[in-house]
Amino acid sequence: MGLVTTPNGFTLDNSGKRIAVDPVTRIEGHLRIEVNVDSSNVIRNAVSVGTMWRGLEPILQGRDPRDAWSFVQRICGVCTGVHALASVRAVEDALAIKIPANANTIRNIMHLTLYVQDHLVHFYHLHALDWVDVVSALSASPKATSELQQAISPWPNASTGYFKDVQDRVAKLVGSGQLGPFRNGYWGHPAYKLPPEANLMAVAHYIEALNFQREIVKIQAVFGGKNPHPMWLVGGVPSAINMHGSGAIGAINVERINLVAEIAERAHTFISQVYIPDLLAIASFYKDWFKHGGGLSSKNLLSYGEFPTKANDDSNSSLRIPRGAILNGDLTRLHEVDLRDAAQIQESVPHSWYKYGNGKDGLHPWDGETELDFRLGGNTRKTGDKIEAFDENEKYSYVKAPRWKGHAMEVGPLARMVIAYAAGDKRVKELVDSTLSKLELPLTALFSTLGRTAARGLECLWAAEQLRDEIAKLQVTIKSGDETTANTDKWTPASWPKETKGVGYCEAPRGALGHWIRIKDEKIQNYQCVVPTTWNASPRDVQGNIGAYEAALLGVPMANPTKPLEILRVIHSFDPCLACATHVIGPDGGELTVAQVL
Amino acid sequence: MEKKPTFYDVIRQRGISRRDFLKFCALTATYMGLGPDGVGLVANAMQTKPRIPVLWLHGLECTCCSESFLRSGHPLATDIVMSMISLDYDDTIMAAAGDQAESIISDIIRDYRGAYILAVEGNIPLANDGMACIVGGRPFKAQFDEAAKHAKAIVAWGTCASSGCVQAAKPNPTQATPVYKLVEHVPVINVPGCPPIAEVMTGVISYILTYDRIPELDNQLRPKMFYSQRVHDKCYRRAHFDAGQFVESWDDAGARQGWCLYKLGCRGPTTYNACSSIGWNENTSFPIKSGHGCIGCSEEGFWDRGPFYERLPGMQQWGVESNADKVAMVGAAALGAAVSVQLGATLVQRIFFKRKNEEQNTKEDEE
Repeated sequence: MGLVTTPNGFTLDNSGKRIAVDPVTRIEGHLRIEVNVDSSNVIRNAVSVGTMWRGLEPILQGRDPRDAWSFVQRICGVCTGVHALASVRAVEDALAIKIPANANTIRNIMHLTLYVQDHLVHFYHLHALDWVDVVSALSASPKATSELQQAISPWPNASTGYFKDVQDRVAKLVGSGQLGPFRNGYWGHPAYKLPPEANLMAVAHYIEALNFQREIVKIQAVFGGKNPHPMWLVGGVPSAINMHGSGAIGAINVERINLVAEIAERAHTFISQVYIPDLLAIASFYKDWFKHGGGLSSKNLLSYGEFPTKANDDSNSSLRIPRGAILNGDLTRLHEVDLRDAAQIQESVPHSWYKYGNGKDGLHPWDGETELDFRLGGNTRKTGDKIEAFDENEKYSYVKAPRWKGHAMEVGPLARMVIAYAAGDKRVKELVDSTLSKLELPLTALFSTLGRTAARGLECLWAAEQLRDEIAKLQVTIKSGDETTANTDKWTPASWPKETKGVGYCEAPRGALGHWIRIKDEKIQNYQCVVPTTWNASPRDVQGNIGAYEAALLGVPMANPTKPLEILRVIHSFDPCLACATHVIGPDGGELTVAQVL
Repeated sequence: MEKKPTFYDVIRQRGISRRDFLKFCALTATYMGLGPDGVGLVANAMQTKPRIPVLWLHGLECTCCSESFLRSGHPLATDIVMSMISLDYDDTIMAAAGDQAESIISDIIRDYRGAYILAVEGNIPLANDGMACIVGGRPFKAQFDEAAKHAKAIVAWGTCASSGCVQAAKPNPTQATPVYKLVEHVPVINVPGCPPIAEVMTGVISYILTYDRIPELDNQLRPKMFYSQRVHDKCYRRAHFDAGQFVESWDDAGARQGWCLYKLGCRGPTTYNACSSIGWNENTSFPIKSGHGCIGCSEEGFWDRGPFYERLPGMQQWGVESNADKVAMVGAAALGAAVSVQLGATLVQRIFFKRKNEEQNTKEDEE
């Protein structure tokens, strides 16, 4: 291939040494990354390979649309609930069902709870080990760690003795020779820059956050019965409210709301006193990572919008996070996004293991089709049955290539924060500007690996704030005498039109998610999802445009290509979710006329 | 092999007092239903057993099982992972990636042949030469087969690994196949649920560590201590079922008073799980408590028994005035099932211990 310039402005050179990272760990699902590095070990070509598919969409065909949420919720147990939410919205859209105000608020509470928990777990348990050297923590002074902790936060777990205990625990683990999940980590890698005390503090919070995250999701359990995979309902929420009458136990009452409010307060405290100070402390040692890994982010960003403050109103005047697209880095212009417009969201498959009939490409999800076409390109390298390198000039991923008006887009917390910033959201502007000023960085620093990571942290704090708001809103509505949680006017299939279609939007923690449904004769005729990781992990499209992961890896320097810490940093900053991203096929690879994704 | 520190060594080192340690053992023992003698058993086990290596593989799945495991309140997931087991491979949380990750599996097989536990989340696709799930450039099945062959026991997490779950629902496009169908000569413990309850997962692990044996299993290889009663049997809304008080429509007066959800499709009467007794998220709730019927997620083939909002067919209903003979007949049928279940469990135990002896003999031969 040699040198190639893509239509979206990136230069690819696959002549250097090829490196494969498979599996990429600390993500959801199965992902492989291949890169070529030049003689200075700088990445010059990147290949994102989705390596799993599960086939959920043909499974959905012919089933009851009211059941769809429970099937699609099983697309992902990490961002649990996002597919269920998109699904009930899609069915309600198709059947013109209006949900009660309380149902809207409770859904917002559940969804914000996920944002808070999921972002927290991502930072400490999926991403932190890219920046934190666990073994280095052993040489920290517990006293100096205590001073560091007290200097950056009022968090009470800050004594010398506390950090000594944590250090002893890690020492025992390392000393046992059985390192468990820390086994074979990249400890001592030259790209680790934190002083031992910062490492020890972060390890302590790794443990604290793991213990605390299970508290946050109890909010989902209150309204949905369990987490992961809480219960949802077309037309509202399953949890009834009974504040006054007999039998109030068994429904949402003052005790349940107090529990939710108390957890939300503690979550807000943890995020503001632990997560945000840690994020700033760690980022201040890695300022060069505000330059690497920007990829598409300084060009094209997309958000479907989320958290309607008014039930059944998804206009930007109602949404807490705006819907919109930014093109070519022009923050002065927010483009309108319409999920129903066949010319806007389309998927391309020449580099995905699928094919479209009649040589078409770029199908809108309502009219999408998927037929398996699993074959390896001519330049695939194998040793025995093991694939050493895929051939990116042909088909190489189970992920399709979604495009908005033909553009490859980045989605996720960074896209949302920048779009809200561009739309003039006061609180988001405050959060972003104050963070950049503390780190003495320009706005353009956001378009980077750590910009993505910082945006996620700020959004986590933002979500914890909105969570308090929504809980207050629930109480206000109840106080006004409205305890309704479900609309059952169109529960019976006999009340439905013979044929209809709908779309459900959602901003999942990882980015823009859409479900498109067609209902015929009371059954699902076709069901399609285009998910956040499909946008970000996208392979090349028909024009040769590269996706967000591939673009972000270009130009990143590696200290030692056999220890791919830098690749993990860039990819983890997107928080990949591959079970979500990969598409379906029919039985025995046969054609499935209108099915796709997962 | 050099002596590895025990769970007790590790927590003492962490500054936990002996008194707190015994409290933890008492809780664990009570939780397992071991009675007053259990405390000593648990304490002894925690003080003498080295940390057992665990390889946690992921096939076709959604990671809800891992997420659920992390929700465990007793014991905490951090204690299990850092102090009770040695979780040497788990692609969801491990620090290493790529070659550094993959080499761990062969190292563990070499160093702990027959002495490690394999935990599997998700299932194994067989269609298209297994290429629906590729790990390290090879089909997931290759990784699974190698790890399964030399394991001491296999824990099949969740309904995916136990019986197939959502990707195995009709028409099962990837030929997603549960673990027990692909394993011979190694005991398999099925821990179904989508996901399983956190404390059921950590309870199964604690039991194995404490007793150095697998728990008693039923004929579907499920631990009897968690899966031998129906959600219906311990449901706090059962009184309303018996009294004939049902929610007829979402958010109606019955829903607000916590009446029975049977008429809205609840699968509690046919679902064997601990949701109504242990509860979810440290007993914060369970689906029925929050107002939605059970969908039966721990039952094999439950996805194909919908629509979920249609009431269960053939369900005997009796109010408090109902015919007691009918109740007795149902009881007798359940007893019959329990007997056959016991036979299955005994067989599995026998295989487990036989295998253990063989491994020991082999090791002695090598030495």
